[in-house]
Amino acid sequence: MREFEHDDDVDFAIVGTGAGGGTLACRLSELGFRVVAFDAGAWWRPLEEFASDESHQKKLFWTDERLCDGETPLVLGTNNSGKAIGGSTVHFAMVSLRFRPEWFKSRSLLGYGADWPLDWREMWHYYTQVEQALKISGPLKYPWGPKRPRYPYREHELNAAAWVLARGAEALGIDWTSTPLATVSAPRGHSPPCVYRGFCVSGCATNAKQSALVTWIPRAVAAGAEIRDLAMVTRIAVGNNDRVTGLEYIREGQRQFQRARHVVVAGYAIETPRLLLLSATSRFPDGLGNSSGLLGKNLMVQSNQAVWGVMPEEIRAYKGPPSLAITEHWNYTDIGKDFFGGYSYMSQGPLPIVWAGALNRRGLWGQALLDEMQHYNHQVGLKIVGETLPQERNRVTLADEKDANGLPIARVTYSFCDNDKRLIRHALDFMGRALDAAGVGDIWEETNDTCHLNGTARMGDDPRCSVVDGDCRSWDIPNLWICDGSVFPTVGGVNPSLTIQAIALRTADRIAALAGRGELDRRPQKKMS
Amino acid sequence: MKARYPGYNVLDKRGTVSWDDVTREVIKQRMAPPSESRFLDPLAWQTLQAVCESVMPQSPEAAQIPVAAMLDERLRTNAGDGYRDMRLPPLRQAWRIGLAALNEESIATFRQPYYSLAAPQRHLLLERMQRGELVHPAWHGLPSDIFFSNRVLKDICAIYYSHPYAWNQIGFGGPANPRGYVRMYFDRRDPWEAAEAKPGHEVRARRGKHRVR
Repeated sequence: MREFEHDDDVDFAIVGTGAGGGTLACRLSELGFRVVAFDAGAWWRPLEEFASDESHQKKLFWTDERLCDGETPLVLGTNNSGKAIGGSTVHFAMVSLRFRPEWFKSRSLLGYGADWPLDWREMWHYYTQVEQALKISGPLKYPWGPKRPRYPYREHELNAAAWVLARGAEALGIDWTSTPLATVSAPRGHSPPCVYRGFCVSGCATNAKQSALVTWIPRAVAAGAEIRDLAMVTRIAVGNNDRVTGLEYIREGQRQFQRARHVVVAGYAIETPRLLLLSATSRFPDGLGNSSGLLGKNLMVQSNQAVWGVMPEEIRAYKGPPSLAITEHWNYTDIGKDFFGGYSYMSQGPLPIVWAGALNRRGLWGQALLDEMQHYNHQVGLKIVGETLPQERNRVTLADEKDANGLPIARVTYSFCDNDKRLIRHALDFMGRALDAAGVGDIWEETNDTCHLNGTARMGDDPRCSVVDGDCRSWDIPNLWICDGSVFPTVGGVNPSLTIQAIALRTADRIAALAGRGELDRRPQKKMS
Repeated sequence: MKARYPGYNVLDKRGTVSWDDVTREVIKQRMAPPSESRFLDPLAWQTLQAVCESVMPQSPEAAQIPVAAMLDERLRTNAGDGYRDMRLPPLRQAWRIGLAALNEESIATFRQPYYSLAAPQRHLLLERMQRGELVHPAWHGLPSDIFFSNRVLKDICAIYYSHPYAWNQIGFGGPANPRGYVRMYFDRRDPWEAAEAKPGHEVRARRGKHRVR
């Protein structure tokens, strides 16, 4: 791997190596830029270092403290966190979905949220690029949305839990499909086909999963990027000319400084605003890139409620990727709803600790929990990825409490709004009917889970109402960029990773185009009309 | 209660292609935790053991999962979750306060320490904790229901179900690398998976486990 000196003014210093930063590091280095990408986490070797074990693999999560409050305080640290080269893609569930095209203009076309400064047709092009790069395994024909190319690899076999989703959907007369997944169904380079071991969300020990760790990062290194692991970035430095000059970070206990001509923040929707807030100066007292006052605001989770029950047949949902079947019916249907937004729902395969946690939240413990756990191999369920609306009261701020480096930790304030609650109610009712129609008994609702974090540095057309422009570039500081799920103005009802990667590919192309016409170091003045 | 997966022992697969070296090492360490407290003081340790017995009761005949010792070890290493409900203090402090407060509640209600209570009284106090009804000054403002859901249940049950003995009870396949699984459909079981005892067919299930290799 090429390595850069600290006083070497690299073109791009990228903070974070997940779906946003890893993808961008790859493409920028392939386009000829000199790139160093930092990550607070380790550079794991899955074949030697990943156990088939839920609790050991917590080493992939961001377990540093954060404070959660609000009416619905979030649960963090597992499905919505990552601390590793490759970020949370190392342990994501691999569900790789495109946004519904209308969502990019949800304010104008659907009447809620905010419009994106991006055109869906351009995004369709980048989605195809990501699907090719990750060799997504998916169905021959996708039932919803505009035409899309065939998925590169054939769909995965369904497990029993997925067949339950299919039965329920057929009975209720809605479409369903096998889920497009970023794990290969046939050999690819060093990746063997998925062996259906079922520990996907604890990290893939075979490298079948097409995470950033096994796709974008090796390409980035081959193209000359440096990946600096175990490096916690603590501050972005700003010079007298109101441009960023590099970043401060801690590695091996040493405080260090990397000069850079551009800094990209890609630390996901909590650490990204935290770093920008921590980097406040007298010239930027409210944090970098925060002239709109929106940095840290409009945090959006996705609702992740479920309906569960038991079947007489053995399901053994622990086998295979956890979400092998999906319906996006309620993402693409606007009639029959008393709420804005949409949701998909998928089959599920919780491993024992996650499953016991769900039963705990149902109030079960003691003998009642032991008895219910006896049905583990017969339990089956459906779980949504539901859209929540952007609200400025949902936000990331700095707490009084400090971390081990003496820096304020993030405080994450979250409350569902009435619309979010109506969406959840609709989804639980519908999924309950679907399970019932599929022959599932003893149905109950898991009402309080969330997943994915987006939206604390939204992109837009207007510097007054957004933190970055459509190119992920700060409105205030032209050599500061944000490229991760933070830039989402709305979140949609699908898992965000494919969209984050598509945005990163687009951003790389835009950076190359801006460089080509000399606009990378200064933003062209807008002509007054 | 009859075992649903009679004779199934996930550890029998330890030497097979369902386990890899890193998993063997991880589970070996999990099977050999310290049996004594290295973090909590003696009273808190006795209280914790009593709480664990109520939250995750274990049959005295069965091989024991040392839940309390594993939790004490977690407290010693101060391994965090990555978040904290703002109503709670940090991990160690929450447990120290919560265990001390539970003991004070026990003394106030039953005039004896929590660990010396009989199972029904222990259970009763935990139920009141679950409902947030415990408000002794010893809680220092910590809401007992939040402590119960976010610490007691979450920490204890996660430890219990991280143990191979718990996987045996529920018929979980356990580690599965590199072999993984082949049979994915309803009522299909790979030979290296737990065989379930259908009523009247316990013998067949027991025979099934012999193919767990």
